[in-house]
Amino acid sequence: MTVFDFFYLILLACIFLCLYRIGRGPSVPDRIVAVDILGVVIVGFCGVLSIDTGQDFYMIVGISWALVGFIASLALAKHLEGKSFDE
Amino acid sequence: MSETAGLIIVFIGLIFDFFGCFGLVRFPDVFNRVQAATKCVTIGTCFILLGVVVYLGFGAIGIKSLIAMVFIVITTPTAAHAISRAAYLSGVELADQTVVDQYAEDLDDIREKR
Amino acid sequence: MRKLIVFFFSYIIWSLLAWPFDPATGEVFWLNIFVGLFAAGFVALLFDELFFERHSKVVNPLSYFWFLIYLPVFSYYCLLANIDVMYRAIHPSLPIKPGIVKIRTSLESNSGITALANSITLTPGTLTVDVDMENKLLYVHWINVQSTDIDEATEMIAGRFERILRRIFE
Repeated sequence: MTVFDFFYLILLACIFLCLYRIGRGPSVPDRIVAVDILGVVIVGFCGVLSIDTGQDFYMIVGISWALVGFIASLALAKHLEGKSFDE
Repeated sequence: MSETAGLIIVFIGLIFDFFGCFGLVRFPDVFNRVQAATKCVTIGTCFILLGVVVYLGFGAIGIKSLIAMVFIVITTPTAAHAISRAAYLSGVELADQTVVDQYAEDLDDIREKR
Repeated sequence: MRKLIVFFFSYIIWSLLAWPFDPATGEVFWLNIFVGLFAAGFVALLFDELFFERHSKVVNPLSYFWFLIYLPVFSYYCLLANIDVMYRAIHPSLPIKPGIVKIRTSLESNSGITALANSITLTPGTLTVDVDMENKLLYVHWINVQSTDIDEATEMIAGRFERILRRIFE
């Protein structure tokens, strides 16, 4: 078991904690927050993967995931607030 | 040497990430969960990406992870702000431990203006 | 002028992401450079008014100097915040005393208020819930309420950032 396997185990624990909140969240905003945080944790996962493999496309995936996740959270929040997307 | 330092920084980031997600499960209402999760997971992911830079140097991966770090520091608090306002306006109850709520006093004015 | 600055920054970000030189052979990818110039020009023509209102601060080197001073201050409070929140999350009896308080701000520009709100969100126990642009009020969720008075709360939450942010953005 290398040190990177240990890192992946911690990140998987984080992801399962987020998934618990997505499944059990009593209200809709809880689930949106958990999805947002899951995206940020996955960017960290991409960072660890890019150290482990030495490939730079994992970091490109991470950047794209951060930006798309941000726009998704904003859109879901505006929808929940009951406004149009222009404001 | 720089490889060991990079791995230590990544490990610190992972600890912050883990306790952020732990707080996301443990705290009682949406606002407290947003606080714990946003702060700890943002700084944790920044530490992981900083560890990538220290481990690999300013190569193709290092520059990209610096850019990802800037994006995360700018975007995550903004998303947290939008979600918490949407949660309040959509009528989520505050936790039982709440001691003061000065937003409710001005809520009528704010709704009128929008 | 504003379009030029936006063009400059977007082209820098493009060339950092898609590095147009082959590190091994020294070959230059001209197609990469041209697509980047085209994309940065397109962004500058369409979206320039989204980024900032006045260009006097962007070309002023003094505001970059204050930004470099702001970074370590901000990082220090950010680390304190994280250790504080970690302690509250691990503690078996959850020592929280949450509440929403009002604070005042004296910053004028949109980007300054945005930076202040983001800094508040990332620092000890506080989270910006809403911003009232007309009356310059911020509604802040505080995980451990220490004062409900508006002036005291302003000094405790925003005071340490506002002085530097005013020099950067105003």
